[in-house]
Amino acid sequence: MSQRKVLQGNIIVAKAALAAGCDFFAGYPITPSSEIAQYMSKEMPKMERAFIQMEDEIASLGACIGASLAGKKTMTATSGPGFSLMQEHVGMAVMAEVPVVIVNVMRGGPSTGMPTKPAQADMMQARWGTHGDHPIIAVYPAFSEEIFSETVRAFNMAEKYWNPVILLLDEVLGKAHMDVEIPEPGSYEVYWEKTHQIVDLNIYDRKIGENPPRIDFFHGYPIHIDGLEHDAHGWPSFDAKTVDKMQKLRMQKIYQNLDDIIKYKEYFLDDAEVIVFSFGISARSALAAVKTAREQGIKAGLFQALTIWPFPRAALQEKFQKIKKVLTVEMNMGQMKYEVERIAPGDVEKQTLLRANGMPFSPDEVLNAIKEFVK
Amino acid sequence: MRDYEKYIRYRTFPTPWCPGCGDGVILKSIAMAFAELKLDPDEIVVVAGIGCSGRMPTFFNTNTLHTTHGRALTFATGIKLAKPEKLVVVISGDGDATAIGGNHLIHAARRNIGVKMILINNGIYGMTGGQVSPLTPPKFFTETTPYGNIEPHFNVRKLLTAAEATFVARETINRLAQLKQVIKKSFQHKGFSVVEVMSNCHVNLGRRNKMKSPLVMTKYIRDITMNMADFEKLSPEEQAPKYPLGIFEQNSARLEYTDLYYNHIVPVAQQAGAKGEK
Ligand SMILES: Cc1ncc(C[n+]2csc(CCOP(=O)(O)OP(=O)(O)O)c2C)c(N)n1
Ligand code: SF4
Ligand SMILES: [Mg+2]
Repeated sequence: MSQRKVLQGNIIVAKAALAAGCDFFAGYPITPSSEIAQYMSKEMPKMERAFIQMEDEIASLGACIGASLAGKKTMTATSGPGFSLMQEHVGMAVMAEVPVVIVNVMRGGPSTGMPTKPAQADMMQARWGTHGDHPIIAVYPAFSEEIFSETVRAFNMAEKYWNPVILLLDEVLGKAHMDVEIPEPGSYEVYWEKTHQIVDLNIYDRKIGENPPRIDFFHGYPIHIDGLEHDAHGWPSFDAKTVDKMQKLRMQKIYQNLDDIIKYKEYFLDDAEVIVFSFGISARSALAAVKTAREQGIKAGLFQALTIWPFPRAALQEKFQKIKKVLTVEMNMGQMKYEVERIAPGDVEKQTLLRANGMPFSPDEVLNAIKEFVK
Repeated sequence: MRDYEKYIRYRTFPTPWCPGCGDGVILKSIAMAFAELKLDPDEIVVVAGIGCSGRMPTFFNTNTLHTTHGRALTFATGIKLAKPEKLVVVISGDGDATAIGGNHLIHAARRNIGVKMILINNGIYGMTGGQVSPLTPPKFFTETTPYGNIEPHFNVRKLLTAAEATFVARETINRLAQLKQVIKKSFQHKGFSVVEVMSNCHVNLGRRNKMKSPLVMTKYIRDITMNMADFEKLSPEEQAPKYPLGIFEQNSARLEYTDLYYNHIVPVAQQAGAKGEK
């Protein structure tokens, strides 16, 4: 039986993670994400799973990667400052192709900024925070049921694509209590790829575009995993041809599976004259605004990105064939707007509603921006 | 084939180390300890950070993981907590372990997690070309102390004792038999262990301090080290530039972290199971 409950967004994440089979959590407290660690510390021992509070965020992600290589499904949770500290290990997980889910409940400002205020401040950090060229998946739910389903999906994609997956939330979604339907186990997919019997060291030996099998230690044949660029055996290699191939392997496992990875929702876009492009908490206000606009005879629609990275480029471009106005609504000084501008054809008019002062947009503010735009 | 060669991954040779580098001796002594304990190579994982010493794991025919600078202990902590029954070994340079990774070192000691650290103290950042490290002795010339080092160096033994580490030892690459023995004992110890190995970087430390050849440098290491019993006979002034050798701490009174964790949660899990919450 599914269960209707009133739960905090952070708790929905934690519950979904456990439902997805998360059996290792390492984290470091930070507002507004701490409830996730707290819930895990209470529930995981009951299930004989491993929880540890590490000495910092660098250590937390390090421990997750280690545990993941020892066969666990792992997660850590943080906010902007901790996410910054984790970035070197995001790169390590990408390079070594290790599944891990990293939750970033976003708060305002650089440095310690505004710890208790919401923001959509790390959209670009999620994409480019770590050094070097790398593929990344980031998802960002907005509504309560999506928080559950996107968390489960984050685990599934981490496992399937052998890559870190970033789950974005904001202070409002993390902290607010909301009515939510927790689905019955078995009613959603939980992906868990069994480790293949390892018989040789050529663990990265696969064709470009092929999904990697999960590989971890202690499966009968000792293997080597390296954060340095490596060849099919995992040995360090700077041979240009090998590096080319390995980079393509890592990129293409994501970019050849966009159909599976990219998810978005559209509301009233069929006959819309203006697209509101938004995500997370801002998408909630945007949806309310679009509904009111419709009542007032304004043909507005919402494109809500659930997958932020890779950017839902093709889907949005398709909309631009008919709809020639786009309003990007985000709680920052302009981050995803650049992505929209980059892909929108020249004949599409672009407008933004931006703010980073810790105050979420009200539906009225979004409505006014729509009205101003279509005037 | 000698016993210990089973633990060496010859197909990854040659090593990147300079001829005469102490790291080779340490590689061998660790493999010998594995062999004497007759361990299954797949039951071992060797983890390292970045540095000349950090390149060591590739050459073990065990599970091996080459991570980021200073953070090997964090990955090892994750592995150990995930699979407590495995032997988790960390190889770390002096910069790796006591500068960038210093925080992880004291917390691993505090937790007493059953990870076995081999801390290779060559007193320098070898891999990056010879910059000062927190273990470079005073007055030494390095690429970033061109007028001599003014900073005091950590006393690893005292640092770890203060963090209540349960196994602390120091050996040198000059004493292969003792080194192997101490490493073996650390592997048999239940909690966190650190074996600091005094090693030579004649290329990046020796060369700038009138010890260009490995031989001169290993002699220098012999001169500054001594058994604990002899060390204790010295006055504090005489002790200052010397490094005692041997096992300083070996205490099994404190429970190892993963034992503690999994024992601690048994009643919680049982109660949850009984209530059907699990
Ligand atoms: C985050 C980060 N900072 C700096 C470096 C550059 N770096 C590589 S090895 C090293 C120092 C190595 O010294 P040590 O740990 O003593 O190892 P050794 O080479 O002497 O064995 C440094 C600073 C790096 N790889 N990563
Ligand atoms: S630079 Fe020093 S530590 Fe590195 S391999 Fe050469 S001698 Fe050894
Ligand atoms: Mg060194």
